[in-house]
Amino acid sequence: MLWDPQLLLNAIVAGLLLGGFYAVVTVGVSISFGMLDIVNIAHPAFIMLGSYVAYLLNGALGLDPILASLVVLPAFFLLGALVYQVYYVAFERRGQESLRGLAFFFGLLFISEVGLILAFGVDYRFVEAPYIGPSLHLGFLDFPLRMLIPCAVSLALLVSLHLYLSHTFLGRAIAAVSQDPLALRLMAANPTRVKRIAFALSIATASIAGALLIVIQPVEPSMGRDYIGRVFAICVLGGMGSFPGTLLAAILLGIVESITSTFYGPSWSPAVAFGFLLLTLAFRPVGILGR
Amino acid sequence: MTAPLLQVEDLSKRFGGFLALDTVNLELAAGARLGLIGPNGSGKSTLVNCLCGALRNDTGTVRFEGTVMDGLSAHQRTRLGMARSFQLPRPFTSLTVAENLRIPLLYTVNVRRGQPVPRSEIVAREAELLGLVGLAGKAARLPRDLSQVEMRKLELARAMAAEPKLLIADEAMAGLSHGEVDDILALLCRLNEAGITIILIEHIMRAVMSFSDRLVVLVAGRKIADGPPDEVVRNPEVERAYLGE
Amino acid sequence: MRAHTFLFAALAVAAITFEGLRFLENEYLFFAGYVVLQYVVLATAWNILGGYTGYVNFGTAAFFALGAYTSVALGKLVSLPIPALILAGGVISGVVGLGMGYLTLRLRGVFFAIATLALAVVVQTLITNWDFVGGSRGAYTVRPAVVPLLGSYVQYLFLIMLGLAVIALAIAHAIEGSRLGYGFATIRDDEAAAEVSGVPTLRLKLVATTVSGALMGMAGAPLPYYVTYLDPASGFNLAYAVNSIAMPLIGGMTSWIGPLIGALLLGSVQQVATVSNWFGNHPEINLLIVGALLMLFVIAAPNGIVGLLGIEKRRSARG
Repeated sequence: MLWDPQLLLNAIVAGLLLGGFYAVVTVGVSISFGMLDIVNIAHPAFIMLGSYVAYLLNGALGLDPILASLVVLPAFFLLGALVYQVYYVAFERRGQESLRGLAFFFGLLFISEVGLILAFGVDYRFVEAPYIGPSLHLGFLDFPLRMLIPCAVSLALLVSLHLYLSHTFLGRAIAAVSQDPLALRLMAANPTRVKRIAFALSIATASIAGALLIVIQPVEPSMGRDYIGRVFAICVLGGMGSFPGTLLAAILLGIVESITSTFYGPSWSPAVAFGFLLLTLAFRPVGILGR
Repeated sequence: MTAPLLQVEDLSKRFGGFLALDTVNLELAAGARLGLIGPNGSGKSTLVNCLCGALRNDTGTVRFEGTVMDGLSAHQRTRLGMARSFQLPRPFTSLTVAENLRIPLLYTVNVRRGQPVPRSEIVAREAELLGLVGLAGKAARLPRDLSQVEMRKLELARAMAAEPKLLIADEAMAGLSHGEVDDILALLCRLNEAGITIILIEHIMRAVMSFSDRLVVLVAGRKIADGPPDEVVRNPEVERAYLGE
Repeated sequence: MRAHTFLFAALAVAAITFEGLRFLENEYLFFAGYVVLQYVVLATAWNILGGYTGYVNFGTAAFFALGAYTSVALGKLVSLPIPALILAGGVISGVVGLGMGYLTLRLRGVFFAIATLALAVVVQTLITNWDFVGGSRGAYTVRPAVVPLLGSYVQYLFLIMLGLAVIALAIAHAIEGSRLGYGFATIRDDEAAAEVSGVPTLRLKLVATTVSGALMGMAGAPLPYYVTYLDPASGFNLAYAVNSIAMPLIGGMTSWIGPLIGALLLGSVQQVATVSNWFGNHPEINLLIVGALLMLFVIAAPNGIVGLLGIEKRRSARG
């Protein structure tokens, strides 16, 4: 079977752009799971929420979806803080995170999907923006703007988050909080408050990721489920909390998914992510770049 | 001369960039009473974890009764005769005190014998062990009803229930009163006289000194002393390690 | 209670239930009862892994649907009686459970849970793309004209599911009182301490995953004959995912009674809600409520109804 080289190269390009997007989808989990050890399997639910909020603001006010997500960013931040507070009081404080915490987040994931179905129905929703449609052409290579721009935004967000986490006091406190809460206390930082801010931050990223998602493609409520496998596969493969690793893993997954989709059909993408996940868990739980 | 019970050769363990154990060598004869001491973070618990199979050592070999332990899981090593108590007690919280002791009987002793332990013997053995550690009246209680001290005793009793040839007691006496420390020491002595080799990891110096016939000192992952207790404590490097910390 | 006593008692209760329903002469009760019993099996199966060992399976739908689609696939090749299909469904789902477990159970419990979530999506993708069993268009199953044993086919299906429920409960009860049950409890309480006490944790976890998966597959095997038209959307319905977790959690995860109570209670209420059309054009509200109850209980009443009522089960001292 011959793979048309032009088709292949375009698939790779699409995969690169997709991977950039996957990175911003995953970064929230890199923070909550990779750094805080909170298994927030409901993260895709917050992303879907972000998509639908962008859809509403875009439809009602004509706001650019990405701009809209920045507007509601504080609300998502507060939502994240609230969710963490409930999680902390109900589970973390009592040291029973594992099964009950998982069930809690699963409940969140489930309720949000059903809630979205009730509110918006199962039809696909999309946004309107001037960059959805046109593509950049470099020779035979296509760079659809609706993928290029989210990829660019994603990279910008990743870089700024990385800088924030490595150069500010709060940022470094977040990186340290799981490894040495005692030392953190001695530095006059309350570990619980630090974790709450970090978790809120991770949910805030979901706001932006959701807007980017609906720019890339129309959304419907059950799409969140497809992202669970992807997000955790990337997070683990990328070395848990490492941002460079996450980006690398995301791009890798994006490319493999894109090639599979181009040559075998798009319905196989969830299987690709799952295959990635299983392979990673089976052979290299510390990820590509190590811990 | 019989082969040593435990042989540790060039054991190293790394956590990312941190070298927790640095080519540790150790030989232990059957019936010995080994005291293992060292400052906090010197690698004592890491060593225990590598011996028991909770962690996989990066280099080196562990041999128990001549058999290479590398690749064997923790439960397999327990079945071969190694047992440990944890530094922070880890009881089975949904089981009663007696049922906690039942687990090694059900999963180690009967496997070793090749046949199930009769119910009457289980009940008798549980009572015996509880009496030995002074928890006789608490058989039906849940671990959350026990005091810290009682939980440590349960921890020790559970390790003993596995009928080990080598018992590693990891800080079993922390937080005990003077009298309770003596009780545990007496218990360990009795076990040793019955043939069980014991590695005692402790910070309570008088307990370690009175119990051990040999002392090993671990500092920053390396063994810096190994010999009779009186000699080891007069070793200048050991003094420096303890005074300098 | 010894295992055969329990089995005998369960069979007696089952027989009485069946005859009682026949006496009421309302066919719909068998129809609805089938679904409730299906949940008894699913909830019990889930709990054998989730409640006893503490490993959460989010992919109930995958194992359940595998059983259903095994029936569909086999049905296209050869005509088999339902008990044989149940066996086949159990084997397939059991093997998948074993495989999944083998790949992920050496790691932390959360990775197993995440893998089961991803598994559900993948199995649905695979089956949606498999035209042999109808793909996304679905598959029709024709009920045999001759009904074994009884007058009505639905009654026959109900009886089969009743039998499966008895089997599932008997297995759960037998595990609880046995050495295996102790082993499972130690895995849930403290896996490291279990290993050090001689418990072969990986092997036991694999047993739990396999038994749990197999029972779920067995519950799914008769489904094509019950619904007569099966498509991936209904086979992988969200309802299975949330109910199989909510029912044991709300009923109580520490013993076989919990999933039974949870399934009977929640299952019946949901059936009544569907029939009485409580939620009109939005049947999803039903699931929303179940999800909300799940979260409420996991936060406020983690030991479920069994815990609230103080029904503590003490194991018998069997070696």
